[in-house]
Amino acid sequence: MSGKPLFAIVVFPGSNCDQDCHHVATEILGCRAEYVWHRDTDLKGADAVILPGGFAYGDYLRAGALARFSPVMETVARFAADGGPVLGICNGFQVLLEAGLLPGAVRVNRGLRYVCRDVYLKVDNTGTAFTRLYEPGEVVRMPIGHMEGNYTAPPETLTELEYEGRIVFRYCDAEGRITDAANPNGAIAAIAGISNREGNVVGLMPHPDRCAEGLLGNDVGRKMFESAALALAES
Amino acid sequence: MRVEVRVYPKEGVLDPQGRAIASALERLGHKTVSDVRAGKIFFLDVRGDDPAAVEAEARRMAEELLANMVIEGYDVRLRTDCER
Repeated sequence: MSGKPLFAIVVFPGSNCDQDCHHVATEILGCRAEYVWHRDTDLKGADAVILPGGFAYGDYLRAGALARFSPVMETVARFAADGGPVLGICNGFQVLLEAGLLPGAVRVNRGLRYVCRDVYLKVDNTGTAFTRLYEPGEVVRMPIGHMEGNYTAPPETLTELEYEGRIVFRYCDAEGRITDAANPNGAIAAIAGISNREGNVVGLMPHPDRCAEGLLGNDVGRKMFESAALALAES
Repeated sequence: MRVEVRVYPKEGVLDPQGRAIASALERLGHKTVSDVRAGKIFFLDVRGDDPAAVEAEARRMAEELLANMVIEGYDVRLRTDCER
């Protein structure tokens, strides 16, 4: 690959973390980034795609349910099938679930409230396109902000995710213990993020884009973007 | 033709809303309620005279969009009385 990696940041009506992601890609990482409007079908030659957080289509019907029919999603699905790295953050993760690019679904949080705070996560899979710069089992602190993050999947899907090591992040306490008290939304098996079988599509409820620079007091999320940039620079 | 599609959490899938409603009912003194599942109803006006065809199309709509089949079930009812 020549030049700096190009991130495509998909913008749905109601996305609100698109500029955060653009900032991380360009200002923090020194890569290139382009916004791609949800009606577009061209990813502008991007090397990686980010579906940012927000409230695509106002979360009407279900979070992510309408966004999956946006024209850009067919292109994103093809890009993912060809092995391109795709990261869904929060609402972006919900879109990936509704689109079937990742298995399972999210329900309303078990506390029935929007939860906005920092949580601890255990990095269980460092083999994905977005986690290779973390240490296996590393405990990281990231912010969450969602109403529907209560992940679930049919038993056979869960078994498959566990068996294939596709649970990328789990909610834990500061010491890395997976406890019910450390689970902010009731997600089954404390799942905060998962990947597809190939590891190029990753989705998570927490916001790495909101903790990617020292100025914000936490830059642990930066490594997710850097992992992809590094892999692309090497290829 | 008026079609009603009811979408609700599948049996066995934890429904935090239904559970909260159940405990509110209990606090109100309705001790007879043992479980609540909360869903949605879609009222559709659909063109077509063949009930079987309309129902089949409504089922496709439910499975493609109205319900998330991972966690929700649905049923379809055709209304001939035009009552909402």
